[in-house]
Amino acid sequence: MRLTINGKSHEVDVDPTTPLLWVIREQVGLTGTKYGCGIAQCGACTVHVNGIPMRSCSVPVSAASDAKITTIEGLASGKVLHKVQKAWIDHDVPQCGYCQSGMIMAVAALLKAKPKPTDADIDASITNICRCGTFQQVREAIHAAAKAA
Amino acid sequence: MTAIPKFTRRSFLISSAALGGGLALGLRLPPFGPAVVRAADGSPEITVWVAIRPDNTTLIRAVRAEMGQGTITGLAQLIAEELDCDWSKVEIEYPTPGQSVARKRAWGEFSTGGSRGIRQSNEYVRKGGAAARMMLVQAAANEWKVSPSECTASNSVITHKASGRKTTYGKVAEAAARLDQPKDVPLKDPKTWKIAGKPLKRLDTAKKVNGTMEYGMDLKMPGMLNAAVKDCPVFGGKVKSFDAARISGMRGVKKVVQVGDSGVAVIADTWWNAKTALEQLPVVWDEGPNAKVSSADIAEVLKEGLDAEQAFVGNKAGGDVKAALAGAAKKVEAVYSYPYQNHACMEPMNATVRWTADRCEMWGPTQNGEGAFAQVLEASGLPADKVDVHNVMLGGGFGRRGTYPNDYVTQAVLIAKQMPGTPIKMIWSREEDMAHGRYHPVMQCKLSGGLDASGNLTGLHMRLSGQSILAAVRPEVVQAQKGRDPLSFQGVFESGEHSLTYTVPNLLVDHAMRNPHVPPGFWRGVNINQNAVFIESFMDELAEAGGQDPLEFRRKLLGNSPRALGVLNAVAQKIGWSKPAPAGVYRGLAQMKAFDSFVAAACEISVKDGNKVKVHRIVAATDPGYAVNPAQIERQVAGSFVYGLSALFFQECTVKDGRIEQTNFHNYNSMRIAQMPKVETILMPTGGPVWGGIGEPTICVAAPAVLNAYAKATGKRIRSVPLKNHGIELV
Repeated sequence: MRLTINGKSHEVDVDPTTPLLWVIREQVGLTGTKYGCGIAQCGACTVHVNGIPMRSCSVPVSAASDAKITTIEGLASGKVLHKVQKAWIDHDVPQCGYCQSGMIMAVAALLKAKPKPTDADIDASITNICRCGTFQQVREAIHAAAKAA
Repeated sequence: MTAIPKFTRRSFLISSAALGGGLALGLRLPPFGPAVVRAADGSPEITVWVAIRPDNTTLIRAVRAEMGQGTITGLAQLIAEELDCDWSKVEIEYPTPGQSVARKRAWGEFSTGGSRGIRQSNEYVRKGGAAARMMLVQAAANEWKVSPSECTASNSVITHKASGRKTTYGKVAEAAARLDQPKDVPLKDPKTWKIAGKPLKRLDTAKKVNGTMEYGMDLKMPGMLNAAVKDCPVFGGKVKSFDAARISGMRGVKKVVQVGDSGVAVIADTWWNAKTALEQLPVVWDEGPNAKVSSADIAEVLKEGLDAEQAFVGNKAGGDVKAALAGAAKKVEAVYSYPYQNHACMEPMNATVRWTADRCEMWGPTQNGEGAFAQVLEASGLPADKVDVHNVMLGGGFGRRGTYPNDYVTQAVLIAKQMPGTPIKMIWSREEDMAHGRYHPVMQCKLSGGLDASGNLTGLHMRLSGQSILAAVRPEVVQAQKGRDPLSFQGVFESGEHSLTYTVPNLLVDHAMRNPHVPPGFWRGVNINQNAVFIESFMDELAEAGGQDPLEFRRKLLGNSPRALGVLNAVAQKIGWSKPAPAGVYRGLAQMKAFDSFVAAACEISVKDGNKVKVHRIVAATDPGYAVNPAQIERQVAGSFVYGLSALFFQECTVKDGRIEQTNFHNYNSMRIAQMPKVETILMPTGGPVWGGIGEPTICVAAPAVLNAYAKATGKRIRSVPLKNHGIELV
């Protein structure tokens, strides 16, 4: 099966029912996308599939074989960070950081769909779990990234 | 780092608690004679906390665990402050427990729990930085043939004012490393700090925004295999048999193994294949004596303890409490309860181990490097010089990644031993993580209070009944106290870092210890969580019964605790307690002393349809004595409300047929951004001889402040956690 991840094509030999998350982590070797729950609850595994944020733990790899997949490793343009990554650094958002790959991917997709999100937009679309509790900084950084656009 | 000399297993004590004595002074111990000790890259070590590269980069050593709480950045600030080095050229180096053991515990305590990371090591790490500065300056002065008192150091540059000569730390480091350690190492007055005490950014953020930070879960090694593990779902049960042949032909499967008495594991090429096969593995369990135990059974046992004759006393004042209560003009009584809760770190438990007959190493997340080292030592059967532990960034800790018996580190070694030479990464599924936590212990509490005719508190009996963490995890501490667990009284204890702040004329706090079979653990804040819910909710109940304002009622009891009064007054003022709340908005507050910090919170909530709670705003004040990084403290305080309010509203682990019923975040929920209140932090360090903790104290005031506001809003006093059991939602 062929997968296109961050603009690069990968041939993988897996059971087609394997979740996209585990193919990205274990076959392709990109470990920035995290396992948190395996049932699409926590969002730590969020990647973009054809630009749409998806919880890759619950997407069978077969459903993504023709798609353009972007992971946290492919969010920046070369060495130029995405505005969400920049805002995350400026606002010192991550604590343990484990959920932040998924959080950043979810926010990047939100800003693409709604470049100037309101607090209500953020509440409706960012549903990732963060046990350290970075939400206050996440909200600040989302607004800052929106302004930077 | 240097090679490790031989060390026999016998000479290393297994219990990390027993390792408490003899903290490193931050000074280089010279078991290696006059030779310079070198960092991994060959840079000379000045003191154990500082090595300097020729290019003037400072390598700061850290042995405490980083799990998001910012401890490593804070400790680096303290060392850099005393060292007067260039903060922009600081890098962190992590000595291993094996290296520390080989150097007579040169780096002291590794354990990172109890909010101790900074407060307990601040003095010796600062001395390590200050001593290094003195040695670097001395080396420059020697070269210039002047007195070191004529030289100054700043930003990794040493200047001799009189002659205008300058040099860098990098240039004199080799010479400095050959000097004797100074004996008298004065520390700076915190008022003069330029690096410590400032809201500097964390040192580890860049890798956390591009996916390159390596957590235990992400480790890759040549030839590595993966293991999925399942332990008997009933605590105390064992493996009777399993049918490996049924899955041995499944995709990627290499080996099916038993893990100790109670677990089975599948080793495969990928973790996904291992987990998929494990789910198909037929296992027969011997579920043991606890196979029928339920939450109701446990609650019954605890309930009996509420009125039991025998109980351990944790705090006592004045005369006979029972007499005081009998003679009170008004008596108030209430029973509270607090459930089992799982830490639910975002990164499930995992560890990677390679075992050979000659060497065993573990790479993985732990809050206690030395504790993990002792466990690897024990499980591997090898001597201490053939064992080591390499800590990595933790995807959350919250107390779960401390050292517990028969836990994930031991499992990983037992698995790797069955495939010598192959590194094996063992990962727990979220379901396994939920089934085999080290749970926040269950506790019930009966409070009886007496008021005089004017509504003043004359007597208070607080009877705790429930589980002791230390009895399970550190039985030697409980034995030394003749069966009492002093930690069960956190926040209401007679003395020390968790002492009760209120002065009550007649007081008795006692604990009927009841230990069910569910394994307990240190859960962020530990026993302050339930004790704050109990005492701070009851304070409001007493105030109401006496017709008093809850703030005024508390103030009267805090006359002997000016710092507690300070934080309480601060939150009351900022929330606007003396003025009416906006229409439909209700306020509550709470205060406590824990981990030697004083904390208080005041909140504003509204309640729709009687059960939909919106927490609009929380003002939180903290007096930790000293603030090393105010920006990181703010983040710990705000995050505490996410952890604490998730626990209050959603989280309970129930027991059925001896096992935990909750399996994942769909039935063990955690707060989302939409539910996050605005948190306003007041940081008010008042100095003094004692440094307080940060990561945990604030969490305990979250729940009672909201419970008190809810009672104001609805007239209903909720006395058991979580609120979902009362049909209450957080919106």
